[in-house]
Amino acid sequence: MRYLPKGAAERKEMLAAIGADSIEKLFESIPERFRLRAPLNLPGPLSEQEIIEFFRARAAENSKGYTSFLGAGVYSHLRSVVTDAIIQRGEFLTSYTPYQAEISQGTLQAIFEFQTLMCQLTGQDVANASMYDGSTALTEAVLMATRLTGRQHVVVARSVHPEYRQVLTTYAKHLGIDVREIGYTATGQMDDSALDAKMLDGAAAVVVQSPNFFGVIEQVSPLAETAHAHGALLITAVAESVSLGLLKPPADADIVALEGQSLGIAPSYGGPFLGVIATKDKFVRQMPGRLAGETTDSKGRRGFVLTLATREQHIRRERATSNICTNEALMALAATVHLCLLGKEGLREMALHNVAKAQFLRSELLKIPDVRARFNGPFFNEFVVQFPRSARMINSALLRGKIIGPLVLGIPYRELTKCAVICATETTTRAEIEHFAAALTRILAQPV
Amino acid sequence: MDNAITNTEASSQSAAAKSRRASQHVNLSEALIFERSASGKRAFELPPLDVPAVDPNTVIGGPLLRDQIEGFPEVSEIEVLRHFTRLSTWNYAIDLGMYPLGSCTMKYNPRVNEFVARLDGLATEHPLQPTEVSQGCLRILQVLERCLLEITGMDAATLQPVAGAQGELVGLLLIRAYLESQGNARRKVLIPDSAHGTNPASAIISGYEVQNIKSNARGQLDTDHLREYVTDDVAALMLTNPSTLGVFEERIAEIAEILHQRGALLYMDGANMNALAGVSRPGDFGVDVMHLNLHKTFSTPHGGGGPGAGPVLVKKKLEPFLPVPRLVEREGGQLALDSQQPQSIGRVRAFAGNFGVLLRALAYTLAYGPGIRQATEDAVLNANYIRKHLEDLYDLPYNLPSMHEVVFSDSRQKKSGVNTMDIAKRLIDYGFHPYTTAFPLIVPGALMIEPTESESREECDQFIEAMRAIAEEVEQNPQLVKTAPHSTRVCRLDEVAAARKPILRWKP
Repeated sequence: MRYLPKGAAERKEMLAAIGADSIEKLFESIPERFRLRAPLNLPGPLSEQEIIEFFRARAAENSKGYTSFLGAGVYSHLRSVVTDAIIQRGEFLTSYTPYQAEISQGTLQAIFEFQTLMCQLTGQDVANASMYDGSTALTEAVLMATRLTGRQHVVVARSVHPEYRQVLTTYAKHLGIDVREIGYTATGQMDDSALDAKMLDGAAAVVVQSPNFFGVIEQVSPLAETAHAHGALLITAVAESVSLGLLKPPADADIVALEGQSLGIAPSYGGPFLGVIATKDKFVRQMPGRLAGETTDSKGRRGFVLTLATREQHIRRERATSNICTNEALMALAATVHLCLLGKEGLREMALHNVAKAQFLRSELLKIPDVRARFNGPFFNEFVVQFPRSARMINSALLRGKIIGPLVLGIPYRELTKCAVICATETTTRAEIEHFAAALTRILAQPV
Repeated sequence: MDNAITNTEASSQSAAAKSRRASQHVNLSEALIFERSASGKRAFELPPLDVPAVDPNTVIGGPLLRDQIEGFPEVSEIEVLRHFTRLSTWNYAIDLGMYPLGSCTMKYNPRVNEFVARLDGLATEHPLQPTEVSQGCLRILQVLERCLLEITGMDAATLQPVAGAQGELVGLLLIRAYLESQGNARRKVLIPDSAHGTNPASAIISGYEVQNIKSNARGQLDTDHLREYVTDDVAALMLTNPSTLGVFEERIAEIAEILHQRGALLYMDGANMNALAGVSRPGDFGVDVMHLNLHKTFSTPHGGGGPGAGPVLVKKKLEPFLPVPRLVEREGGQLALDSQQPQSIGRVRAFAGNFGVLLRALAYTLAYGPGIRQATEDAVLNANYIRKHLEDLYDLPYNLPSMHEVVFSDSRQKKSGVNTMDIAKRLIDYGFHPYTTAFPLIVPGALMIEPTESESREECDQFIEAMRAIAEEVEQNPQLVKTAPHSTRVCRLDEVAAARKPILRWKP
């Protein structure tokens, strides 16, 4: 077998050196009745070419040749080939967690640069080396807020991604954390009039996403003020990180939970992605996740090490801030490379392209009779469109024309019937937008 | 040799200080990317805008817009490539040599896995796209699920958890949900003192109290006293098998029996599955729920700390509680992800899990097929071969059969004032990554060694020679070992200072 660097003769010699007459001897500590007598019933073995053919065949059963207008937490953005050229280097790809600092300076310096970039993007003081994704980063941010304030309930905007809220509920249930939800207004933003004393009294945090699940940009600073007036923290989730190239960063939030998939990471049917928690210096000791810190060695040379490990499970066990161990380090590296490639100008320009494309998409759609924009708040690259009939039926028709339509909202938001959230990024071409508008026009022109 | 390095370093440092343009060798010094930035440089260009440009001040409004990001990098493409290439040369990696890290299973990361993960039609798919155009992705998930169930002997699976620790948490939430359905969730989880730190950390997040139980004099689970520990308050025992000493818990059937008699469940931490795949199945020896680490046993790359995946496998009675969405097959053979599972513990991560990692694990499994047993045998062979050739020089605290890893202690070397961390650092000078030090906690001064099946006989011999040479150095010249490593760019970084005054980002 090509992954096993041994020949039959070598195995024999090694067994002889151990003093075992067969390999079975080395498994005798397993009670006999639990030792398998027959090979497992598994597909394979496949040669390299057969493996490639198997996955090529699977790839052909997906959405090749379709145009997509989906966003909703996972975004199609340009990625340079340089990113893969770097993260595919064996020294990065096949290296371990950098516990042995002397032989992991590549990883550690890259993490330090990543942490810096995340602070610059979010306007926060300190950022960690990654969480699993935006949904679990948000969940851990909430847990962090309850530890910091000693309070047990949080107020969460319904305009936060439904799947993020579902994950929060799964974790919160068993920790005695009460999650209370707040609605949204006609602008599509969080209904801050509902953030009254009753809601906020004793709250650990207010949680908002910006741009939110409807694509609408929230007003973070006034929300922070309101939260702080009641002794609560403000947590801001960011699902579309490219927006931070143009939009005011949530610097007034106490904790930012970010999804970094937009920063050079392929959609890959949902993962691996890149969660980040960024926060104020004063909260760092309650922040979960790894941290790379700068230091010097015995000869005064600059180097980097994992630090503040007393927060973590391998030191504190049941008293750790989190159970997180393996995180998304390689994706953090991908994002670091990507942001270095885009740079100050490139990220801003990419963000501007997103705004331009989404504005064009919106103006084309609003030309179609009976198609409306559901909310009138400012948006980045996504917005909610309201159709004159079932969004699901429209999508079925669009799919027959090889178009993957916007995400139907009627299930997570019962009140938003015939609505869907649609996205255009810098990768969406004018031709695709016009083609989509034409297809939609034809579909709506047909009798129901 | 030590002095020579120092002198060279000193002169290179002063030379570098005098001239910013020339440096001795690209590997010695590489600034932070921010320190290389200069205004106006950029590395990536977008295609021209094909729709009308808009003024964000008009469509979004000034107050919602940011200023330029201060200090953001501004470099060219070649500088980015050189910067990260240089950084990469400071890393050790599996592609360079062995990582004898116990319980980490640092095996070869097959490159075909990277190739297929990047295929157009796989890397490009959106998790929320219609089922009709996702059958390829769903088929990958289904085949992997079936393979993992066959390997572990369990009944049902979730591929959602994205790390071993998250798998542990999910497993405990499943236990809780099941016991609640039986009338009483109970309060405590038993965890051996030899367990990985994530075990107790996960238990706390699942809302259980942790009761640590001491291992017996053989370093194994104290089965003789287990009956006393398993009260009606106990929901489960979290067990790693083989243990973190690399030893199979021979009384596993009895352990399972004791728990089941009291209505408690057996959770298995599958981190050490590399000793069992194709040889023995946890489902056969009484495990109710377990997780696997795909970034260990199933070869997906560590990437410097992730991504990973921690699928959870359960016996039938726990199936109704599995997280959503669940992979289902509808009539006509169409696959789908179903979130209508009334008894489910809920969603544990947005979307469907770390699909790219799952895909790689399937590619690995397909490469072996039923021959996966050979990998396990080679892993155990390598570990025992290394043990045999070091047990005369290093103390073996528990003289029990080793499976895929062996744990020594530094007690002999301590007599010369040298401890496991020193020996580990000296191993770097011999071209190896250190083994796992200071874990498991039940072995003071542990040297935990797991070679994996990816090491040839030559690599094993080289490792053995290095360890034997170091043992000799401990006798003859302990200072050399205590001040190691001597061959790296940096040496003995000050972790105390790093924690006392944390510098966690660059500032202009």
